[in-house]
Amino acid sequence: MIGFVNDAQAFLPVLLRGLLVTLELTVCALTLSLALGVVWVVMGRARFAPWRWVSRTVITVVRGIPIIVQLFFIYFVLPDWGLDLPPFLAGVIGLGLAYSVYQAENIRGGIGAVDKGLIEAGEALGMNRMTLWRRVVLPLGLRHALPSIGNTMVMLLKDTSIASTITIAELTREGQLLAISTFKNGSVYALIALLYLAASLPLSGLVRTLERKGRLA
Amino acid sequence: MITLRGVTKRFGDRTVLKGVDLDVAKGEVLCLIGGSGSGKSTMLRCINGLERHDEGEITVGGVRVDAAGLPAIRRRVAMVFQRFNLFPHRTVLDNVIEAPVHVHHEPPDQARARAIDLLARVDMADHAHSLPSALSGGQQQRVGIARALALRPEAILFDEPTSALDPERVGEVLRVMRELAEEGMTMLIVTHEIGFAREVADRVAFVDQGVIAEQGAARDVLTAPQAARTAQFLARVLHKDG
Repeated sequence: MIGFVNDAQAFLPVLLRGLLVTLELTVCALTLSLALGVVWVVMGRARFAPWRWVSRTVITVVRGIPIIVQLFFIYFVLPDWGLDLPPFLAGVIGLGLAYSVYQAENIRGGIGAVDKGLIEAGEALGMNRMTLWRRVVLPLGLRHALPSIGNTMVMLLKDTSIASTITIAELTREGQLLAISTFKNGSVYALIALLYLAASLPLSGLVRTLERKGRLA
Repeated sequence: MITLRGVTKRFGDRTVLKGVDLDVAKGEVLCLIGGSGSGKSTMLRCINGLERHDEGEITVGGVRVDAAGLPAIRRRVAMVFQRFNLFPHRTVLDNVIEAPVHVHHEPPDQARARAIDLLARVDMADHAHSLPSALSGGQQQRVGIARALALRPEAILFDEPTSALDPERVGEVLRVMRELAEEGMTMLIVTHEIGFAREVADRVAFVDQGVIAEQGAARDVLTAPQAARTAQFLARVLHKDG
């Protein structure tokens, strides 16, 4: 136990630096995943059939490929085609894209829960499709989707550890490097686990709060 | 002002409207009465294009209700819903200025000033910054009427505006509607409030099985119905009320 406390004192500064990168990665990838998720949903409901086809194809393809393979593709293969992305950006794009298909599912569910009467009210007020989506369908749909978006966010936080494989110095990678150089696997991975847990607990609390608020809306 | 000629509407293989002819003159208050499923709400919803009619022609102020005409129609005709349908994520004031600002691009300050006046008219100015969920049904419906008026409509369609209200809240909504009628607003009202229809409506149309079975001056239709179906319906409704 004393050994663990000493190890913690020695390792925590490095691991906390990694945790910060993990959180940055989570926030950036989350933002991208939500924006893309909205795009897939809106395209999936477009009148122009090719948009719907693109949306369906992207969702099918992205959902069917492991996140780690998508990251490798973006980080190791795209440079061959002349697109050389820095690791952090590659991680954000890879995780954001991979998670956008789950967010699309969340958002679609939320939109399905929007009261039809409110959509009719918007139509009766003269809103065109675009205004209706911007002012009624999306704001209310996202509100209904908040609890499931929150759950997805907790999963995303944990899955950022996959970005360790493309040299991003986030929590898991910093830990791996420490473990390799010190051979203190037990202490290092216990600390990593505790830090992920500590980061996800407030998020889980946030999800519960959102669920309560969602019922009020 | 509003004209329906031979309007039919089918849902699947069920024909809800079977060749409806109807005229509403400018400034007229017309109440549509009839049993549930008779097609009266569908008739209303066809007029502002919430439902698309299958045959016949509907015009509002000379403009045909079709894909091309709808934007113009929805400027002229407002609707008040049975379930109020206020936007739950916006305050009372924001509900009222929603269409002026975000559909018709009226300057927000001007729209807000107008909205406060409209809310005062329906006696809801004190609640301008409340969310709809904090209001009673009667209060929400009065906001619904203010939101409709904010369009500066030439006519308002009321789809059973008091059916979802607690009995003690019905009066406050009918009072606002009566004032509108006195000011000369063209109103087409689907309602079960026979007393209100008798008192306020210029004309009453009795809808039964997708056709207008009888129409005429409110007093005539409601006190001395010519069609047997109208008499039966009135006996049923009035008996329930009494």
